[in-house]
Amino acid sequence: MGEAIVITSGKGGVGKTTTSANIGTALALQGKKVCLVDTDIGLRNLDVVMGLENRIIYDLVDVVEKRCKIHQALVKDKRFDGLLYLLPAAQTVDKSAVQPEQMKELITELKQDYDYIIIDCPAGIEQGYKNAIAGADKAIVVTTPEVSAVRDADRIIGLLEKEKSMESPRLVVNRIRNHMMKSGDMLDLDEVTQHLSIELIGIVADDEEVIKASNHGEPIALNPNSKASIAYRNIARRILGESIPLQPLEEANKGVFTKLKKFFGVR
Amino acid sequence: MKNRQNVTIKGTKDGLVLHLDDSCSYEELKKELDQKLSANTQTQDERNLISVKVEIGNRYLTEAQQEELKELIRQKKNLVVDNIEANVITKEEANRLKAETEVVTVSRIIRSGQVLEVPGDLLLIGDVNPGGTVIAGGNIFIMGTLKGVAHAGYLGNDQAVIAASSMKPSQLRISDCIERTPESVQSVEKREMECAYIDDNRQIIIDRLQALIQLRPDLTRIEGGH
Repeated sequence: MGEAIVITSGKGGVGKTTTSANIGTALALQGKKVCLVDTDIGLRNLDVVMGLENRIIYDLVDVVEKRCKIHQALVKDKRFDGLLYLLPAAQTVDKSAVQPEQMKELITELKQDYDYIIIDCPAGIEQGYKNAIAGADKAIVVTTPEVSAVRDADRIIGLLEKEKSMESPRLVVNRIRNHMMKSGDMLDLDEVTQHLSIELIGIVADDEEVIKASNHGEPIALNPNSKASIAYRNIARRILGESIPLQPLEEANKGVFTKLKKFFGVR
Repeated sequence: MKNRQNVTIKGTKDGLVLHLDDSCSYEELKKELDQKLSANTQTQDERNLISVKVEIGNRYLTEAQQEELKELIRQKKNLVVDNIEANVITKEEANRLKAETEVVTVSRIIRSGQVLEVPGDLLLIGDVNPGGTVIAGGNIFIMGTLKGVAHAGYLGNDQAVIAASSMKPSQLRISDCIERTPESVQSVEKREMECAYIDDNRQIIIDRLQALIQLRPDLTRIEGGH
């Protein structure tokens, strides 16, 4: 019996989809059988980030409305030997096409065959959010060190804590720019964790490589040389129960810098 | 056995006290009260109004019945009912009174969008985050940081206070007064162990916690002690 983890944030554009793709990829790299579920119906893009867009035949709504079997809708990621699958969202309808009970049923069925179900949640706290968390056992809240993102994360954590069947959510702080944190232009990491006071499961530095990788449809977690990649791999290992210390920010910063230097040096 | 009186009238320097027996039926009581008062009014001259206090012992009277009695007494020219006193109240009323004086302890974080409301005093072990709200009929004591909105004495209790280990509210409300934190003084100061109360000019004042000892001695509920 697998475990369903929803990736959510409240605010849009903080990196839910990127985080979902990379945690999924990193878990598959650890040899776990993973299924990514995109619940952003009408605005799907997890398939694009994973580079699986043109292999979609059926989608989540087709499964829920019983037009096809689950395994028919699942898109297999060829880079992994049957370890990573994606259940894409529908693009032609909107969020009201699915009900939370149907999602619960779907996730329960997927949990029979997979070790981890990673559910990519849409922004907001309406129907789409309710669908996404319906079948989840655990939640990871993604935020960036910005006041608005932290405020929305706070709201989402409040809502998640009300869900009786769910464990206390864990936090990923994304897009950290160390020099801005140091100068006080960005919220301090301690400030964020103290404010939200939930368990921190990972920090990811702001890395241009992530954008490049997403655009190429290759999750950054596949590239072992990137700091962000290591951050995602560490998150995956923490999900598996390993205790790994957080990457020191100084080094993360230096990593980005050396990379930048290298980047300019090569040109 | 008709010698026992259901209605006894006593005169005090503040007016009359009507003692109504609580073991007879209500109808009987009403009849006797009517008779007694009718008999009395004849002898009295029409002078200034006499206030009447009604004691009903262990009898519970509904609002309508109370009104009926008041009406009955009022009809007798110069009598005015001051108040009706009973030894009993309904369970509902008792529970409400208890809730209003009780300190409710809550251990959690009040996050953005959440509202915590208690009828009496609130003791919060945790923070109130920005966008979160705590409301209390009485006082609010916060063991953590207050960063959201706190509203004490929301039913119009001007004596209510708000205290927090760390006072960085977005807004403070006591009774019907509202105080917004000025934008200039933020986060720079420590703002530790402070309290807020309404002063004589109906302004919300923020002061150090110890000021309450002088200002609100009623906060102490313990009796005796040294």
